[in-house]
Formats: sequence, structure tokens, C-alpha cells
Amino acid sequence: MAHDEQSPQPLLAVRDLNIAFVHPGGETAITRDVSFTVGAGERVGVVGESGCGKTVTGLSLLGLLPKRTARVRGEILFQGRDLLKMPARELRRLRGREISMIFQEPMSALDPVFTIGEQLCETLRAHYPVSRKEARERAIAALEEVGIPSPHLRLDDYPYQFSGGMRQRVMIAMALICRPKLVIADEPTTALDVTVQAQIIDLLRELSDTTGTALLFITHDLGVVAETCSRLLTMYAGEVVESAPVDTVLRRPAHPYSSGLLRSLPGLSERGGRLPSIPGRVPAPDNMPAGCRFQARCPHAADGCEQGQSLRTLEADRLARCWRSAELTLPGAVTP
Amino acid sequence: MNARLTPRPDTRAAGVRADRVRVHFRTRAGTVKAVDDVSFDIRAGETFGLIGESGSGKTTLGRALAGLQPLSGGRLFYDDREPAALNRAQRRQQRRDHQIIFQDPHAALNPRMTIAQSVMEPLDILRDGDRAQRRRVADEALERVGLAPEIGRRYPHELSGGQKQRVNIARTLTLRPRFIVCDEVVAALDVSIRGAILNLFADLQDEFGITYAFITHDISVVSHVSDRVGVLYLGRMMEQGPTAAVCEQPLHPYTQALLSAEPLPLPADQRDDRRRIRLQGEIPSPLNPPSGCPFRTRCPRAEQRCAEQVPEWREVAPDHRVACHFAGPV
Repeated sequence: MAHDEQSPQPLLAVRDLNIAFVHPGGETAITRDVSFTVGAGERVGVVGESGCGKTVTGLSLLGLLPKRTARVRGEILFQGRDLLKMPARELRRLRGREISMIFQEPMSALDPVFTIGEQLCETLRAHYPVSRKEARERAIAALEEVGIPSPHLRLDDYPYQFSGGMRQRVMIAMALICRPKLVIADEPTTALDVTVQAQIIDLLRELSDTTGTALLFITHDLGVVAETCSRLLTMYAGEVVESAPVDTVLRRPAHPYSSGLLRSLPGLSERGGRLPSIPGRVPAPDNMPAGCRFQARCPHAADGCEQGQSLRTLEADRLARCWRSAELTLPGAVTP
Repeated sequence: MNARLTPRPDTRAAGVRADRVRVHFRTRAGTVKAVDDVSFDIRAGETFGLIGESGSGKTTLGRALAGLQPLSGGRLFYDDREPAALNRAQRRQQRRDHQIIFQDPHAALNPRMTIAQSVMEPLDILRDGDRAQRRRVADEALERVGLAPEIGRRYPHELSGGQKQRVNIARTLTLRPRFIVCDEVVAALDVSIRGAILNLFADLQDEFGITYAFITHDISVVSHVSDRVGVLYLGRMMEQGPTAAVCEQPLHPYTQALLSAEPLPLPADQRDDRRRIRLQGEIPSPLNPPSGCPFRTRCPRAEQRCAEQVPEWREVAPDHRVACHFAGPV
């Protein structure tokens, strides 16, 4: 297992990523100063609710945001090289080979008019000078690896001939066929049934272990993160509000939003009792409050929250964007 | 508060009984048995949870319970009366008493109507009261679900998902229903606000004595809100009983697998991985369901007998029923 989180240079280092969309009325900022790292072979979960900027952040890492409307500022260092300064040709060589992506909806991510064999071979041959025959063999091996029965027969099938779970397996095979160092998975199990989700989570974890591929796992489901990842980034309103090992957050979250999210899970409350929830709603991107963006919904808001909040280090590998983190004892999913 | 929104004096919550209910769809490729021989009862004033994965028939069953889907066989009783035995006026009242709330709060609202218009529409259709009265009922319903009356002047696109679902609840409430089918009503909402909506459903039940059929694929939600639950698989009821019994001592291998597949937000040392059951494959096509027990193709305990014989629907403990030859603890 290629697990070295302590290496001097992380596989991916994102620094002060500011993404904005340009429109006739001006610019709308979607993320602000997003910074995080992913070590080689590390599995990092990104959680947050709709509109927190987690998907946009994921897309920006691959240069997949529309060039005309998206303004991306900051640094995305992959193995020490800034992807934002990389020429398009070079980025294209990297995409699919060094970094690849698994999307939420496999049916819309696969091309319906090509067989999955053609699509797998295309990915491989775009990056490596292999013969058709060899590509085909590698494609069969890739399908076998993700647990598709009789892969040599299924290779010539079209996406519609696969079930939802099998399609997601094909997506995973395609993402891993070039043995990338980093896979970005954006809600890869959200469209699946819970029994199939369990299979796909197991598969992703096993493949990441055996191939040493790092995983950036974007999801809204804290249970999925707990079963997959070792570190958790919590995003709120375009900012990273907490970054810590998953088990630490589950025991003692450092940011009131992470705590509120965990407490909102119905499985943790007494059956039939009142369910906690976070009052209010996420502020609109063009109407962000000064200071802490969570303050209007936060049960611990106090004088001082109207000041701008930076991501503070509480202890090694535990950061939170809340000036009260040190004094607050916030409930997590379990009592520590 | 206006008398119109309070429960009528004659209102009892509605009990619903399903007796070997079937809903079959004929397609060119064959007959889909979306719901097949399903029997259960929903007691007046309780929340009955229906759990199932996609293709289990839970939405079709919900539509049938709300009176939106004709049955292919079996019978449904409301308060021990069959809809077919009702006269015109009674049937009108019954339609009003039985409502449904859908998963996608946005799709359920007409984008070109204001919120107030949408909330008043059911009363407009029923020509219930004059305009001013309807307006008042709508305002009260909005207030009851926690929305300011000013919201009534807005359009759906101006509201958040949670607010829109509150509007859908308010709209249903104007009819003072006795029984509501809730079809994945929080699935489209963010985790942080689900609790508030589920609490609202609980409050309305206490206040108005409403009976719920709560349909969801989310086990943590269903086990929290329901008094009793039924587990559906490929159109058939697999297990049914009090929530605590089904969720803590599941007897059917499918229920056991379903519960163990739920990803838990617990630290690694508190997750019990040994008890994890991983099912192979996916739910078979309802066009061509397996013989005997529909679950046998994925069941870790399947034997020859399961292919030959449809398991009997039997009561193994008081009010705890299961359809499995080998039902028992893991």
C-alpha cells in the first residue's frame, strides 16, 4: 500500500482556490480560499450540502469548468506542478492518466452509442501506445477487477444493457484503467440502492488499497465517508470549515456546522423523538455575510463571529474555521 | 386560529387495510407485477413505514393507497369500508381525506402560480367556501407549517427546497386529510433540514390525528418516524412488524442485509464489520422475477426449497410477520 501521508510533498495541494462565475451582472464567487491536501494513497472525504461548492471544486481540479464563465484563481499543485498554469495539451495528457473522475450518474457519463469496450479502449489508447488487441485485453482485465461477471462477453455491450450498479462499476473501471494516482469521485453512490452502494463502497476502498490510488470522495453522506475515508473536509457556503481525521470529527467535531450535520442524522436520535436540525438556510453566493458564513444559523454565535474567520490549526491535522473552536465542546456522532 | 384548519369534531384518523393487493402492469415485454399479494393494515393515527429499494413497488403501492392507482386484484379498506361500496358524495369525501405528498417538492408546484394560488388550488377545485375564506385557510396552513404569509406572494423558484416542501404540506393540510401517503418526502432535502420537516409531520399528526404511510428507501428515516414498518422486495412484502422489532431483531435475510448495508457515521472501532452482510448482485427485473421466493437469487440462506415454494406469510411473534422458510435471527 502506497500510504505516505507524511511525505514532504503531498500528491495534491490546493491553495487558496477561489472560483467565481462571470455573468452579465458581474461575478459570483462560489468558493473562497479553499485549501487542502491529499497525500499519495490517501482517501479524503468532502462533505457539504447542496451549493457548498464541493462539486465545483472537484471539477476545477481536472480543468473541467467552462473556460468562458469560470474564473479560477489560486494554486492546484499536483505532484508539485500547478495545474492552473499548465498548457491545455499537457493537462489533457494528465487527465484520465494521472487524475481521473467518477461521476454521480453513470448513464449520462457514458456515451450511449459506443460499447463499453470501445470506451475503455479509447481511454487507454489516448494515453498509451498499445495495440487494439492489447487494449482489449486490458479492458477485459479492468472489468474483471471491478467485479463484472463474464467480462469478455460484456465488453461489446452498450451502456443501456447494464444495470445502475454495473454501470457504476464500468465507470470505476474506466477511471482506474490507466492507474491514476488520484481519483475524484463525485457522489459515486448517490444514485444507487443501499445494498448496491455497500458493494461499490467496498470496491472503491479495496481498489484504492491495492493500487495505491488516492481518492477525493465528494458526498453529502457522512456514513459513506466514515466507511471509506481517513480524513474529512467539511465545506459550507464555499469554504472549508473543518479538516480533520474522520474518527476525530465523529467524536469531537471542531466546527459547529460539522456538529450540526452529525446531530441531524436521524439514526443518532432516540426513535420517535424530536430530531435536531440546523435552522435557516445557506446564504446565497451573492449575499454572503461579512465574517463567519455560518453565524446566522449557529447556536454558538457570539460577539466576534462578525469578524472574518480563518482556518485555524487546533492540533496537528485538525483545523477549523471558527474562533471559538478551542473553548467549545461540540457533540459528535458518538460520545468520545 | 380559524375553525377550518382544526380537526372536524367527527374526525377520526383513518385506518387502512390492504388485503392481497395487486397492481400489475401489462407491457409489450410481459406483465410487471409491481405489487403482488401484499397484505397489511395501517392503524388509525399511526405512522406505517414502507421500506424498499428502487423497483420494490413502494411508490406504486403508495399511489394505490392514495387512490391514484386502480388495483389489479385484492382489496383496500378505509375504516373497514371498501371504496367501491361508497356513493358519489362519500367517494368525494374519501378522496379529500386521502392525500399524497411527493418526493420532489419543486416538481409538485406549478412554476407559474404563486405559492398562495398553489395552496388554495385544492379548495378552489372543491369550490369549498368563498374566495376570502379559501385565502384565510391557505394563510393559516402556511403559518402552521412555519412559513410567513408573505411567502404566498412568491413563486416556487424563489423558495428553498425545505420551504417548497413546507408549501406542499400546507397545500395538503387545507383539505384536513385524515390519511397522507408520504412518498420520499425528505429524500430531496439537505440533511440539515430533514429533521425540521420530519418534526413537522410528527406535530401535525399529534394535532390533527393524521395517519401516515411513510414510503422511503432511507432506513434511518423510516425507523425514526414509524410505529410499524413493512419491507418490500420485488413487489412482495418480506417482513412487517413493530419498528423496534423489525429494526433490532430482523428475521428476514433481506431485512438483515438491508439494515447492515446502511453506512454508519461511526468511528472505525465502533463499527461492527463482522455482522456485515454483503448481498451479491442487484434486484432482478420485475418482468422476470425468480420463482418461489423473489429474494432467493441474492439470499445467503437460499436452498432448493426457496425456488420451488413461495414462502408463506406467517406471524412469528405478535404482530411480527415474515415471508421466509428460514426466518430467524442472524
